[in-house]
Amino acid sequence: MHGRPRKPLKPVDEAAVAAKAEKLRALQSEFLSNHQNKIYSKEAVELSAKLLEINPELYTAWNYRKLAVQQNLAQCESDPESVNSILDEELKVVENALRQNFKSYGAWHHRKWVLEKGHSSMDKELGLLDKFQAMDARNFHAWNYRRFVAALMKRSDEDELEHTQNMIDKNLSNYSAWHNRSVLLSNLMKKAAPGFTSKDEVLTREYELVREALFTDEDDQSGWFYHLWLLDQTVRSEFPLLVSSWPVEGSDISLPAADYLDGCASMNVFHYSSRNFPLVLYFNQSVRGVNSSTVSVSCGFNLNIDLIWKPLSSTDSQSAKVWATHLAIPDAELHSSEAYQVEVKVGFSQGIVSTTGVAYSHPSQISFQLHLQKTPLESGQDSRFGRIQWKDDCFAVYEPGSAEPDLVNLLDNLTIKNEVESTASTWQARIIDDETNIFRDLLDCKIGKLTVARLLTAYNSLRPLDKPVHCKEVLELYSELMKLDPSHYQYYKDNHSLVLLQQVTSSKESLLSRCFHYRDSTLSTNGSPLCLRLNNLAISQLGSFEKLLWVQMLDLSNNELQSIEGLEALQLLSQLCLSNNKFRSFTALESLRYLKSLKVLDISQNEIGSHSIDTTRYLFRSPLSHSVGSCDWNINYLSSETYWEAFFVLKDMGLTQLDVAGNAITSKSFNVFLEKLLPTLKWLDGVEVN
Amino acid sequence: MSELPQYPPIDPTTFDLIVIGTGLPESVIAAAASTSGKTVLHLDPNPFYGSHFASLSIPEFNSFLNSNSAPPASQSCPETACPSDDPNLSIINLNCRSLYSDLEISSFSPTLLEECSRKFLLDLAGPRVLFCADKAIDLMLKSEASQYVEFKSIDASFIGDGDGALLAVPDSRAAIFKDKSLSLIQKNQLMRFLKLVEGHLRATAASVGTDVNQSEKGEERETASRISVEDLESPFVDFLTKMKLPAKIKSIVLYAIAMADRDQENKEISKQVLKTKDGVDRLALYQSSIGRFANASGPFIYPIYGQGELPQAFCRRAAVKGCIYVSSVEINPNLEFQSSGNYKGVKLASGQELFSNKLLLDPAFTKSSPTSSPDDSLCARFDFLTAQNVKSKVVKGICITKSSLKPDVPNLLVLYPPQSLYPEQSTTVRVLQIGGNSAICPMGMFVIYLSASCEDVAEGKKLLNRAMSALLSFPDCSESSSIASDENVSHPVGAEEGKPTLLWSALYAQELQTTGQSDCIASSPTPDGDLDYNSVFHATLELFQTMYPDTDLFPATNPSDEHSGENAES
Repeated sequence: MHGRPRKPLKPVDEAAVAAKAEKLRALQSEFLSNHQNKIYSKEAVELSAKLLEINPELYTAWNYRKLAVQQNLAQCESDPESVNSILDEELKVVENALRQNFKSYGAWHHRKWVLEKGHSSMDKELGLLDKFQAMDARNFHAWNYRRFVAALMKRSDEDELEHTQNMIDKNLSNYSAWHNRSVLLSNLMKKAAPGFTSKDEVLTREYELVREALFTDEDDQSGWFYHLWLLDQTVRSEFPLLVSSWPVEGSDISLPAADYLDGCASMNVFHYSSRNFPLVLYFNQSVRGVNSSTVSVSCGFNLNIDLIWKPLSSTDSQSAKVWATHLAIPDAELHSSEAYQVEVKVGFSQGIVSTTGVAYSHPSQISFQLHLQKTPLESGQDSRFGRIQWKDDCFAVYEPGSAEPDLVNLLDNLTIKNEVESTASTWQARIIDDETNIFRDLLDCKIGKLTVARLLTAYNSLRPLDKPVHCKEVLELYSELMKLDPSHYQYYKDNHSLVLLQQVTSSKESLLSRCFHYRDSTLSTNGSPLCLRLNNLAISQLGSFEKLLWVQMLDLSNNELQSIEGLEALQLLSQLCLSNNKFRSFTALESLRYLKSLKVLDISQNEIGSHSIDTTRYLFRSPLSHSVGSCDWNINYLSSETYWEAFFVLKDMGLTQLDVAGNAITSKSFNVFLEKLLPTLKWLDGVEVN
Repeated sequence: MSELPQYPPIDPTTFDLIVIGTGLPESVIAAAASTSGKTVLHLDPNPFYGSHFASLSIPEFNSFLNSNSAPPASQSCPETACPSDDPNLSIINLNCRSLYSDLEISSFSPTLLEECSRKFLLDLAGPRVLFCADKAIDLMLKSEASQYVEFKSIDASFIGDGDGALLAVPDSRAAIFKDKSLSLIQKNQLMRFLKLVEGHLRATAASVGTDVNQSEKGEERETASRISVEDLESPFVDFLTKMKLPAKIKSIVLYAIAMADRDQENKEISKQVLKTKDGVDRLALYQSSIGRFANASGPFIYPIYGQGELPQAFCRRAAVKGCIYVSSVEINPNLEFQSSGNYKGVKLASGQELFSNKLLLDPAFTKSSPTSSPDDSLCARFDFLTAQNVKSKVVKGICITKSSLKPDVPNLLVLYPPQSLYPEQSTTVRVLQIGGNSAICPMGMFVIYLSASCEDVAEGKKLLNRAMSALLSFPDCSESSSIASDENVSHPVGAEEGKPTLLWSALYAQELQTTGQSDCIASSPTPDGDLDYNSVFHATLELFQTMYPDTDLFPATNPSDEHSGENAES
């Protein structure tokens, strides 16, 4: 039971315990023989009751009783009185068993089973529940059973809501009651029951309630969770919306003409291959139904093929926040001097739905221009590949006007304006604003700091188009929390990281301050590509991907990353540095599988291979549970059984340069494995591969 | 009192202890002495148990207070010392004086009350409750006196203001959560303060519970949560200020939880400034009282059939242990002393001489002054029996209504902290309403007790009148057959909406007196001005220890008796 100290065990009388065990064993074997021989006589059934009162966890005995009841009921179908007496007896046995242990799953389940036979007065059941909840108000078995009974007797959600209120009034530390409240409210709002039609009003009322709890006892966590749920209800957009895309609306994109690229998928020219030009749609939530009928793409050149849209998600093959397709531009029809207008129309026909079933109803259109560029290849850019070096002296501060003018202009315009959203969010903004002002009074304690930080973050998420405000304050709050409450350091750190990235990506200026020209001896200033350097930020989690869809070269080294989840949205990425982070396994890098343009990868100086199980990630995939095609999965192939994780993530990648040194996994045999797995590889740990 | 039936002479005539008066302190000591094997004679001049702690019907109440509240002159006492038959004995005469004065009874509905006047049990000792975790409860359990009493829970307590509004006292986490009058930040401040005190108490308990070696580590950890010694010695009100509690919260903590009597802010006027350590102890008592008994919803309980049940329970306990009881006995005792100056016994009005080693007297008995004793030095030793010119008084009020101050809440407590009724108010007014479900009045009726400490009776009455007019509406005065002549407080005419209408009221002042003791003779304390019995019990236990330093008070006999305390009925 909650909040009650365990009583010290009484000195055990060995002999008595042994005698008791002997008695129990005898009972049990007698019972099992009854069970096997299908004996359902009165004595035999009574024996099982006796056994269950001693040990309610004996599931076989409950099942036996079910069989006995069925048999006995069949015999007295016509006589309602004996039916009642049989079922009453079952309820009595359950009650006695629950007295022995009110957390016995088997007993509660048996009671449900009896009740489903349409017996017992529901009021009596509620009375019994009140008794159990008086013993322990937070007993979730009792709460589960209560929901079952309430549904069976068709008790109104309003009445049940009042019950949760009473329980909370008695003792606000009742997570079960708060939780049930959230379930009931969700139902009532969904049904638009009288008094629950306005989400605004319902949420305002609930904020008031939980506020009283949080201010009364700031240390009580059950209220925190409820507040978090409310906040999520407030900011979560019901409607799926398109947040950003690649290419960006109104952009002007230069493509090198195919002729010039033949045979040399250039490493050093950071342009897009016309054979494989990605389109990316980034939604505010996971959606399904993105396909050539819901998204139409029209080009100046004749593109008649149906585009195949793929969800970028490792957990769900049907829905994702990010969807991508690749335009294959037919060489022959293009004239380099022309600019081709491309239009992407999203949601003009029905079909895109959120995972909660809400249809995408805000059609949007993205138009951009494609140019073909016939720039002659520079000397030195022959089949010899230069090695990318992620050294500070290879990067020069971005000089305005020096390169990529088209791209830079787009940075102002990275997200899509959704007018619907900005008008709908007024009441949310008001709620969050009020709530923030109130919780500022509680800034001297942990939950106060955390809540204000959450509220300010939520406020920004309501207005994705505007520049985020209060970032500095939020970052400070999380920094304080990390010091104040070291046991939840990682949680605060992750949130700190997300806000930091939000701040960095919030404006063109701030993004450009982190953009650098990559230069090495083989490249002239002119063609030097732009690298976004988010290194040395001490971030532990990645975010703000919707603002980074344009990135081709990304430096995330010297951070505290444990996963790159979400990075799959960056479909243009061709050079990525992840060295000096805290990755513990290749599965932490699973997003790499979706980055088909990736050529250069640095994962050196991490912790890959030093932990047999990656405890920082709760989803651990085993080779058997995953959809690695059986034809690929050849045990003898490339000693992949040892390195199956690396195999799983890196196979089919067209990497030309890979750095893995400084991980526990690295060894001679691993390098041999990698060379075989990646036939395109030219550089491995700085050594040219033959 | 001449019509009292003549009792046969008391036999035997020699006892270890003679107790005169059946007030709570006398009864506890009689029970304790009997339990420890002493022979005890317990006498009471009244026909009922309880003396100043009794619960009486309206006629009994009227006659007791009227006979006892005349100007405190000696009454029906022999004017001079009776010459002793034995020349070796010297005698000191005692007077029975009244603790009460300034009685004022008003009846607004004589016919209604006439019918059921005997169905009331009015507490002489004023508004008084027991904390569930009180020492008094422990003592009752230990002495097994608890088996003779049953309790009702006090359903709620409130803080009142001059306009008659009642705000529930936010005394627990659930109450703070539900409270509608505190702001969010005030809730937070109050709860933090309660947690601070809780942490301090836990840390203190932990360091007491473990031996030095073990506690070293724990102590390091716990010292942070302890209140510093410096703070513990400082006035509680200063500590609350230091904790940055706003005035409203301070007032709740001081007067509705710590139950401070006098204005703590005004230290020049206030004689009793509560120290932090005492304040913390009172908070601890309050908190540990909540939830001690399953049937008590709050921290307080009240005896069914009235407070008079408590002394009676101890008397019954004493009787079981062999104590002899004689009530309605005309006493006017004269103390007899041997020539050596040692106390020998008492001589009753009937002329019977009774001898004992020790004597305990009701506080109403005083040595007649000036002394008529031949031995001045002997008299000087018993100065404590002289009627002290007590300045401190408590003014009490009893009101009867036909509706509750709060609908559906029969038993409730209301506190008016200093300055809540008017700026000059310097002491807390306590109001206790008890309903018919406690069997002290007919069902559907309510008795409301009020009390306030004061220096000056007029001031005290003004306070009570103000509290009464905040809570009650007064019927048209033409109907009233007021006994008191000077009704100087102007009451609004006609029933005010929502407020219960006053049917009957009594106001009176009671002197406060503490214990006194010399050699073999002791005088017990009067009911004090507190809301609970803590001080009374504390004084009683001390008195018993000085009377019988080597005797255990109710030595534990049967540990299983703990359960008998749970017969508080809801």
